[in-house]
Amino acid sequence: MQMDHIPKLTMRIILAMVLAFGTAQISSAMDGPDAVELNALAELYGPVNFDHTMHTDIAGDCAVCHHHTTGTPPQDPRCAKCHAKSGPADEVACQSCHAAKRFEAEYLNKLAADNTIYHVDRLGLKAAYHQRCMGCHEESGAPNGCQDCHTRNDAGDKVFHAGQYAPPPSAHKAKEGH
Amino acid sequence: MNELSRRKFLKGGLAGGAMVSLLGKSSKSEAAPSFGGYPDSMGVLVDLTRCVGCRSCEAACNKEQGLPAPDLPFDDMSVLEEKRRTSEGAYTVVNKYEIPGKDHPLYRKMQCNHCNEPACLTSCFVNAYRKTPEGAVMYDPTVCVGCRTCMIACPFYVPAYSYSSVLNPVIKKCIFCYETRLKFGRPPACVEACPKEVLTFGKRTNLLKIAHDRIRNYPDKYVDQVYGEKEVGGTAWMYLSSAPFEEVGFDTHLGNDPIINYVKEFLTVVPMVLTIWPALFAGFHLLATRKDVQNKENSAGK
Repeated sequence: MQMDHIPKLTMRIILAMVLAFGTAQISSAMDGPDAVELNALAELYGPVNFDHTMHTDIAGDCAVCHHHTTGTPPQDPRCAKCHAKSGPADEVACQSCHAAKRFEAEYLNKLAADNTIYHVDRLGLKAAYHQRCMGCHEESGAPNGCQDCHTRNDAGDKVFHAGQYAPPPSAHKAKEGH
Repeated sequence: MNELSRRKFLKGGLAGGAMVSLLGKSSKSEAAPSFGGYPDSMGVLVDLTRCVGCRSCEAACNKEQGLPAPDLPFDDMSVLEEKRRTSEGAYTVVNKYEIPGKDHPLYRKMQCNHCNEPACLTSCFVNAYRKTPEGAVMYDPTVCVGCRTCMIACPFYVPAYSYSSVLNPVIKKCIFCYETRLKFGRPPACVEACPKEVLTFGKRTNLLKIAHDRIRNYPDKYVDQVYGEKEVGGTAWMYLSSAPFEEVGFDTHLGNDPIINYVKEFLTVVPMVLTIWPALFAGFHLLATRKDVQNKENSAGK
């Protein structure tokens, strides 16, 4: 009984951490987590449950998503010039390199203050996800619409003037008549 | 004696005219060079190759600026079937362009480009417009007299007029989220909302370096041009595209001179015409008709 409790508790802590950090990846094994909850768009959308294991199988090579950070040689020859043998990085989570607040003054000032930074055009976290995910999803014919991955919440419906906040159909027709 | 003084007068008049035209030329070349923009002004680089036309930017703009509810939800993609323009109810719109020979359409976001030397600003005779050091072109409705010259002056057809307002119609256009964000060093709402970083926010000078680096790194992907780097004297919002810019709705015949340059020469002549010409030609007229007047006086005296 006690033994059963411990893994449950651990699972709960892991889940809590995932929720707390939104996009945190918990290394449960050498191969990475089984699933990652992506919650960078929590304001307008529900979280995305990313099946890491399934995507690892499809991608075949960690470098497809993790570039050079997992120790596998990078795929892009441009990256290989510096990173061919740079070895695994301490942090491999997307958000450890791709800033969640890419265009806030804090990040922009950090870039401006250090002229030795090479990657001045590095994507922010949200764009890193979307560029990577949507690029592959399009190539492989996987679902690629906004709401195929994201369930819009009530606040999202409000911003998009959709769902229960959609303008009445007569509004559009009335304007057309003018 | 009379003949001599007329000749002297004419000579003086010609010399004066020549002086004025010389002064006019020198003031044009020395006193009014191109402004070229504030050094630390911010901008946005729009990379058309990344846009999927999701209209998140439109929805974010609507919310941030408190604009009226749209006719159709922002997730309704049927609006992309026609070419839309910015309006009093939409400061930014995304249009779709089918490119011959390409599998995918390109999407182009439109909004005020926040020119370094805005034509709207220079055309406004009540100074309702200003360019902030942060890069935004702002409009003050309290001094606007509603002449709408700015709408005609804008090379991008951006300023819209709130014709729906009967009592107080004003100009409506993108203000770079200046009051709520840019002023505090924050990116505009559309930039924050864009899921694919089609919109890169930063110092204009840095964005130009980034833009040219992207072209250099991916020469097959991009047309070798940053639209807005030079057009009409440079704009804060600039564009990268995989198709020639004229195929995605851009006017590629605007030239690199700020719009004001086309009228500067004319405008320097205006004071001369208004102040010197009346006196000059009144003098000519008086001299030319002097004999008639004298004859009349003489005949009256007889």
